[in-house]
Amino acid sequence: MDYFVQQLINGLNIGAIYALIALGYTMVYGILRLINFAHGDVYMVGAFVGLGLAKLLGYTTSIPGYNADTVGHSLWGGLVLVLVGSMIGAAIIGMAIERFAYRPVRKYSRMTTLITAIGVSLLIEYLFVAWYGSAQRSFPALVKNDAIHLFGDVRISMPQLIIFGISILLMILLQWIIYKTKIGTAMRAVSFNLNSAKLMGINTDVVISFTFALGSAMAAAGGVLTAQYNPSIDPLMGIITGLKAFVAAVLGGIGNIPGAVLGGLVIGVAETMVVAYGSDIGLASSYRDAVAFTILILVLLLRPSGLLGSTVQEKV
Amino acid sequence: MRRTLFALGLVAVMFLGLSCERRGGGTGGGGEPIKVGVYLDLSGQTSSFGQSTKNGIEMARDEINKAGGIDGRPVELIIEDEQGEPGKVTTVVTKLLRQDQVHAILGEVASTNSLAAAPKAQEAKIPMITPSSTNPKVTQIGDYIFRVCFIDPFQGEVMAKFAANTLKAKRAAILADFNSDYSKGLTQFFKQSFTKLGGTIVDEKTYTQSDRDFSSQLTAIRSTNPDVIYIPGYYGQVGVIAKQARQQGINVPLLGGDGWDAPQLWDLGGEAMTNSYISNHYSIDDPKPEIQKFVADYRARYGVAPDALAALGYDAMRVLGDALKRAGGTDSTKLRDAIAQTKNFPGVTGTITMNAERNVDKPAAVLELKPQERKFGYKETIYPDGMTPPTTAGASPAASPAGATASPAAATQ
Amino acid sequence: MPPFIKRLVGALVIVLVLVALNAAMSNEGFYGMGLPYYYSHLLRLAGINVILAVSLNLITGFTGQFSIGHAGFMAVGAYASAFLTVYYTQGLEQKLTAMLGATAGQAVIFIIVLLAAAAAAALAGLVVGIPSLRLRGDYLAIVTLGFAEIIRILLVNVQRVGGPTGFSGAIAPWEGRATIPQYANFFWIGLFAVITIVVVYNIVRSDTGRALISIREDELAAQAMGINTTRYKVVAFVISSAFAGVAGGLWAHYNAFLSTQDFQFIRSFEVIIMIVLGGMGSITGSILGAVVITALPELLRTYPYEIVLALALIPLAALLLRLIRRERLPEVIRSGWPHAIFVLAFYVVLFTISRFILINTLDLDLRLRAANVKIEEYRLVIYAALLIAMMLTRPQGLLGQREIGFSWLKRAQRRPEGDAAVGGAGGVPIAERDAPTADPYKETENR
Repeated sequence: MDYFVQQLINGLNIGAIYALIALGYTMVYGILRLINFAHGDVYMVGAFVGLGLAKLLGYTTSIPGYNADTVGHSLWGGLVLVLVGSMIGAAIIGMAIERFAYRPVRKYSRMTTLITAIGVSLLIEYLFVAWYGSAQRSFPALVKNDAIHLFGDVRISMPQLIIFGISILLMILLQWIIYKTKIGTAMRAVSFNLNSAKLMGINTDVVISFTFALGSAMAAAGGVLTAQYNPSIDPLMGIITGLKAFVAAVLGGIGNIPGAVLGGLVIGVAETMVVAYGSDIGLASSYRDAVAFTILILVLLLRPSGLLGSTVQEKV
Repeated sequence: MRRTLFALGLVAVMFLGLSCERRGGGTGGGGEPIKVGVYLDLSGQTSSFGQSTKNGIEMARDEINKAGGIDGRPVELIIEDEQGEPGKVTTVVTKLLRQDQVHAILGEVASTNSLAAAPKAQEAKIPMITPSSTNPKVTQIGDYIFRVCFIDPFQGEVMAKFAANTLKAKRAAILADFNSDYSKGLTQFFKQSFTKLGGTIVDEKTYTQSDRDFSSQLTAIRSTNPDVIYIPGYYGQVGVIAKQARQQGINVPLLGGDGWDAPQLWDLGGEAMTNSYISNHYSIDDPKPEIQKFVADYRARYGVAPDALAALGYDAMRVLGDALKRAGGTDSTKLRDAIAQTKNFPGVTGTITMNAERNVDKPAAVLELKPQERKFGYKETIYPDGMTPPTTAGASPAASPAGATASPAAATQ
Repeated sequence: MPPFIKRLVGALVIVLVLVALNAAMSNEGFYGMGLPYYYSHLLRLAGINVILAVSLNLITGFTGQFSIGHAGFMAVGAYASAFLTVYYTQGLEQKLTAMLGATAGQAVIFIIVLLAAAAAAALAGLVVGIPSLRLRGDYLAIVTLGFAEIIRILLVNVQRVGGPTGFSGAIAPWEGRATIPQYANFFWIGLFAVITIVVVYNIVRSDTGRALISIREDELAAQAMGINTTRYKVVAFVISSAFAGVAGGLWAHYNAFLSTQDFQFIRSFEVIIMIVLGGMGSITGSILGAVVITALPELLRTYPYEIVLALALIPLAALLLRLIRRERLPEVIRSGWPHAIFVLAFYVVLFTISRFILINTLDLDLRLRAANVKIEEYRLVIYAALLIAMMLTRPQGLLGQREIGFSWLKRAQRRPEGDAAVGGAGGVPIAERDAPTADPYKETENR
């Protein structure tokens, strides 16, 4: 039982990160019907911006040992600064991608936008590889890195707690923006019907830009948080994680925000359970990456609209 | 018709324009250079290994050339980057063999890439020495393929012996890199030897290099209460694994192989790397004069301490240089025989004698990780079965021709 | 001559040409006059890439369904065929060799294993295609990408094909050939490239092809016209996968070493680049793209600065030409072929001058060398930038949907009665644009 609870905590923890990234996919898809392939890379860029900020703030990775122990104890201010900074940085990058790559091709077919998205994704990845090399880099610990004993043999580490806390906070914030603010109402209107929204006097370009900014900020938060837990980042970290997050968005019902969160958590837990119990039924832990895609194929076969999505309507 | 002719003429002009200016190859003085092809991953996933190896090879080349080259002929390296993709390796090696017509080939760290290249070298009958591919299959490809490092079975065995005899471990868990042949090989032979020595393998889990989170594997391993955890992976993941293991309260020794040997490990793993041991090709703390000279030269040249891959690259080039001298030319059959007859060559990573399988029997050093000092401390040396430890340090102090090419800047530390 | 005989003669000529080329490319060369081995190696790689690109074009260029897992199907074909030759065909080959001689025996075996490769890949295509092609939207992209990953994970788990070490021959406890035989020479690769081109060309010109193009242009309208869009999409996808499987089989029996690392996403991406550059919906375009993308990294190895300069000069040349304006040119070179030649000549002159200035006056070459700029490392950056630039400026690719070169292909482009022809055989509508210059990718669907 302890073992199960421990693995559940691990799974929910990964799932929370997937959920944060899936939000960006689902929002962009909801508005533009575009799979933003570069979204996983925005998550990576967020982590790299966070690394730069952390270094500026004096957290260094060159001192052996846990940084929080040597540089300063539980510098929550540092974490908040790095987190907010990287979210702003990623938001700007997300907006730039939309403005310079997606907007000019928006009038073309889906295929063109999709290829552009893949091009942007590869451009970001391999520019970073060319600049920083593809080797992993260490990310400094911004908070003290100890574990809290819950009960029995179950423990939860500080980074895990932070991931839970901050991602819940961010999701509540997002919900508030979408349902209680003017721009949120505009976003919902645009996702309902872009052309009608335009006719109603909504500046759709601004709304789309804002959506990219919001999604990118969420992904960057995911990047920094995950780097707190797995303190190694590299330019290609966004590929697989991004894909899984997209699957999470499809699982929850693409375009559906609570669905993205649910999908993320389900995939995180499913993956972890394959590692935890897979060997009992003859599945090597290496099948972990196959889980998300198996889920995707099952969803497409059985319930294409996803867990929480409404049936897909074709508009002529 | 006239249009077509016009177009053809234009294309011809273009080609002329492209080819009129040839860059002069920097052959320098001396006779016709001896061309040595090098194929490494210099910009892919394992590029840090490739770069180290390249550094070692280039340093050895400069030493050979400074000492007058091979019978007055300088050694020229043609270094190609194949980004660590086996499919590209074939093309790159084809270029080296057929286009550049090299006389010998050095290459690859990852065994998969060496396995892709070896048949091409064998087919062209050009000797190939791999500095650090440890999979036994590589040299089985043919009689033109050699290596200067020990092989996976031995490395797995070393750690099993160390765990069972020195650490007195009874229960071992394994966490292996699923996508790497290196990791699989080490796992297999560690399991064999460890069970033979009376231990049990309590759990075996895998991860992939794209994994960022290892907590579920570690939670599973923790529940089996192992005495040691063997992680035959690469430094990029190992640092994070160690950190997460210590966070989960797993404080047993972590054991690994030469894949851990990279300075980045200290940043990634930090304090969590204490109480860990690896098997490696040599120790930079070894007091042998040739090792200390190599370490000092390398530091002076590149500003960092040489890792095992740099040392193996250096050894591979020097073994080749030595063989070229003895072969008295670049005839490929003679060169192959000369490499095969390499005997008691004083390499930095141990005394190198080619055996009948074109492998070398060398001892392995077990190193203890010291994250506070960011270095691997010497722990003990484990010899292969049937090889007796030499009585004194420095198995063959008799300086070889290549070893005697001391650069004037050889400052001792 | 009746068309039947004409075709037969055509096929015979192609086979003879391939045999001659193959002889010129063997290791020994054609009486010492053959192509250097390295270049013939590149040509063979280009042949395999042509199969991949043309087959991907069927699903992506002509049907408008984005697949980014072509390498996965290639892997299926490669491993399936190599598995068969290594473990199962040895006995049969001996029998056939005794009956027919070595060459014919090997040829029969090779065709059998390639068919098996095609079948395995087609089956995989069916499994992937049915769930994802039932739906509209871009699910195929994600599912194919995921599938390519799963295939790699599965293959790495199979010890009998070498696992992560790679597959070069029988693995110890199992008996079989020690190495994968190198059946595939230029003849086979060229033959299957031609077959792929002919098959895809014929499909595109048939009822099915019309249906596929109508799906690309407007899926809803196609459905409204009574086309079973799911069925057609799945058929196109399965055929495309089967040819990717053949390409994999050829690669396996040419390279004689398989590693799952060669079938990663990057490989699929290279094929996409080929068809995007060449022109989606153009067979000759994808052939051109395949050859260019095969040669580019090797040229980057030998002439890195020249290639980068050449690429960088394309926008500059375009700008200058726009400044010069077509109308001001002399009558002779204002349009058609002569104009194309003029543009090319202009570009070559621009290139030669800039190269002269940069290298001889500014020593750029030496400076870049001194700065140790590794242009090869930017290979994928260059691809990605090319892709985005192409999408922003010319989304239909270099050739768009035009075909160039061989007259039979050119004839294919001549539409029966102008562009507005509707209703080919079987009452299938041709959903084609009304002017050849119009951009087919413009404004089909906004969201």
